[in-house]
Amino acid sequence: MSEGATATVATGSPSPSGGNGRAGLLAGPLGRNLGLVIALALLCIVGVATAGDRFASVDNVLTILRLASVIGVVSVGMTFVIIGGGIDLSVGALVALASVWASTLATQQIATDFHWIVMVVTALLVGAGAGLVNGVVIAYGKLVAFIATLAMLAAARGLAEIISNRRTQIIQDRDFLAFFSGDVLGIPTLVIIFALVAVAGWVLLNRTTFGRRTFAVGGNAEAARLAGIRVQRHTVKLYVLSGITCGIAAVMLMARTTTGSSTHGTLYELDAIAAVVIGGTLLVGGRGTIVGTVLGVLIFTTLGNVFTLNNLSSSAQAVARGVIIVLAVLLQMRLANRETRTRISKSPPAGALSAPGGPGGTAGGGSAVPGAPAGARPGGGDLQT
Amino acid sequence: MHVAESSAPLLEMHGIEKTFPGVRALDGVDLDVRAGEVHCLLGQNGAGKSTLIKVLAGAHQPDAGHITWRGAPASLSDPQAAMSLGIATIYQELDLVAGLSVADNIFLGREQSRFGLARPAVANRAAGELLTRLGHPEIRPGAEVGSLSAAAQQMVSIARALSQDARLIIMDEPSAVLDNEEVERLFGVIRDLTAHGVAVVYISHRLEEIRQIGDRITVLKDGRTVATGLPARETPTREVITLMTGRTIEYVFPPRRARVDTAAGPLLEVEGLSLRGRFTDVSFSVAPGEIVGLAGLVGSGRSEILETVYGARKATAGTVRLAGKRLRHGDVGAAVAGGIGLAPEERKSQALLLDDSVYRNISISSLGRFARGGFLRGGAERAAAREQVQALDVRPADVSRIVRTLSGGNQQKVVLARWLLRDCRVLLLDEPTRGVDVGARSEIYALIRDLADRGVAVVVVSSEIPEVLGLADRVLVIADGVVVAEAHADELDEHRVLDLVMEGTVAHAGAAPGTTGPTATKTEGDVA
Repeated sequence: MSEGATATVATGSPSPSGGNGRAGLLAGPLGRNLGLVIALALLCIVGVATAGDRFASVDNVLTILRLASVIGVVSVGMTFVIIGGGIDLSVGALVALASVWASTLATQQIATDFHWIVMVVTALLVGAGAGLVNGVVIAYGKLVAFIATLAMLAAARGLAEIISNRRTQIIQDRDFLAFFSGDVLGIPTLVIIFALVAVAGWVLLNRTTFGRRTFAVGGNAEAARLAGIRVQRHTVKLYVLSGITCGIAAVMLMARTTTGSSTHGTLYELDAIAAVVIGGTLLVGGRGTIVGTVLGVLIFTTLGNVFTLNNLSSSAQAVARGVIIVLAVLLQMRLANRETRTRISKSPPAGALSAPGGPGGTAGGGSAVPGAPAGARPGGGDLQT
Repeated sequence: MHVAESSAPLLEMHGIEKTFPGVRALDGVDLDVRAGEVHCLLGQNGAGKSTLIKVLAGAHQPDAGHITWRGAPASLSDPQAAMSLGIATIYQELDLVAGLSVADNIFLGREQSRFGLARPAVANRAAGELLTRLGHPEIRPGAEVGSLSAAAQQMVSIARALSQDARLIIMDEPSAVLDNEEVERLFGVIRDLTAHGVAVVYISHRLEEIRQIGDRITVLKDGRTVATGLPARETPTREVITLMTGRTIEYVFPPRRARVDTAAGPLLEVEGLSLRGRFTDVSFSVAPGEIVGLAGLVGSGRSEILETVYGARKATAGTVRLAGKRLRHGDVGAAVAGGIGLAPEERKSQALLLDDSVYRNISISSLGRFARGGFLRGGAERAAAREQVQALDVRPADVSRIVRTLSGGNQQKVVLARWLLRDCRVLLLDEPTRGVDVGARSEIYALIRDLADRGVAVVVVSSEIPEVLGLADRVLVIADGVVVAEAHADELDEHRVLDLVMEGTVAHAGAAPGTTGPTATKTEGDVA
């Protein structure tokens, strides 16, 4: 029986699973994020309808992308932390701290003496260092992530205020500003950085051992630990990664505003978490996508843009934002359910063939276990007498 | 022949069908349960038992079929409907709120209140009465459920069912978490319930229990009823197994090799290992190609020994050596890197990423092998997983399948495949056949022996003593966290092991001089 069964499997399974794989690559990211794509499309239609060419111009699209880029970079880092089963409330404060630290007189002095790259490296190191503290406190101190990063939120912003003496620090370095405010082939550098971070994040999450371990740690930490994954070390890495994205965001924000300030990045944590969540990432961890997060960021930024173009207040925008979070997640859940359902109902050929004992095996199952029904029923009769 | 036979059926189910997307879970199930009987439901994993239970509990709606309750057609449209008819279900994973008291749990959703104010005194008294009726007055109604033993929690669940005036109580593998004594007490409670006219549908993989407690048996296979109303005590085991599997199966243990070649020296050496409060001074060694079994009751410390060797728990004293190299205590990563693998007791919560695919679950411990500079080569990873799936005959043989949808036996194979893929040198197996149906057991036994023959050192823990004796080359008997005897498996039998466990001493071990007893344990440890 097993020979027959494996033979059918060998011929039967590659085609459906291969087919699934193809379809998964093409339709997967799109299909899984269909709700978001629809929402974004609706927003664009509303934008065109209400603001016309002012919305649908190249300049405006670039404006939207430029605005999305800073929060987008932070959200990519946040996606990793949340998939890994954590949360990082300190991102906004870390952006502020990194921007302040990288724009102090001392740092700027070294930068003028040496190269503006010093400011970038400083921002990244500050972000990574604060992330390291977060990670160590959470992984080894066993503090709940919510509490640990809440503490970092308060402390980092306070430290930023102390360092900057609550003053806005002007960036003097022209080369720094020229580099980051410039564009390549008409695309702003900030947007390119966001795109690079998003692509790097996608690759890291889906094509590396680091990404796979992130899913495992977030999905079932105990199973991951017993499978030999060093869960604590991995958790630390996740928060360091989030910190680094905060450093990148700080550099971008410094370029956009030409300042370093302890008020930078206010409420970024909420914007980032909202984008990640409407992007379909589970808050309990174990599941999520970078594509969804990017779409989530774009939706919020486009929403703001449409409201601004129509001279609507930021309060109205906040209400709309709340509504969108709920609607997008609801839509997302419906579509996700339907998708898994269709995927399952597509698979029965493979399932039926490869499970000879399975309940669905009417023809295949019966022939695979020839003795079963025939032997069983008379046996049952004998026993009852 | 039974009293139950004369009474009218309490519940009748005819031609129940239920299809899930892609799976026909129930395909014509018949079941009749009489008041005051213990009706045993048997079937391999995936036979449809769980789905049937959920239909009875009102959690699933059947696609076709009739349900008659006390002679009248009934519809179990939701859990409340089932509950109000008097059908209560005690699931394997108990659905109790750990942070609430015993009384709160028993009356959850039906709190005793007056003018909206809770009346804990009334609830506590009523809960106390119920628990006393169940013969467990020692469970305090005010105690927090999370602090109770598994057995006591089960009693709380049963008390809750009784408080709802249940006429039919479904118990899904209630004995899985209990030791022998607790099972006896549970049986006492069940007998008392049935004497009062309550019917019990009892599900268990342990045929011996069914002989003890059951009145009649219904056997499910592939979503169908293949036999119903069999007398539980008289039906020969062979017949029952034939019905369940469609073929004759005995517990076939693969043959041992004549002599394990210990010339190469031991691979795993455990010396004086202790974990405070769990076990003390455990020493043993395992050679490549050898299977060492740890026999003992639940709570004897056998699982903890395994977990401590693996580093999942941090030893308080002693050493673990792998091929002569000392392993750091409490460092799973080092153990895995050195080539030790653990198939833990709680497969679902400790081993598997249930919502992830089969291949990801298999490759999780060997990701480095499929990575170059941290980048995964997905094709190679899937191909390697597919190879293991075919070698172990995991069904369905689809590596993209979500692990949650597999049966217990196939999930266990996925865990084993994980360590096979890693080329483990030492494999620690905690209850390798727990929740695995009879048919798949022999396969798993054969697999374990095959691994040993390929040079893997295996340590097996099981609460089923015949399993340890049949599978292992050498057996350590553990009682109360102490190794009370060590012997070759063919020098022991089930009764001897039980005696040793019961005595918790070495008095009985003297009969086989030189092979058992603490002195033997020590010398073997030293020689190794």
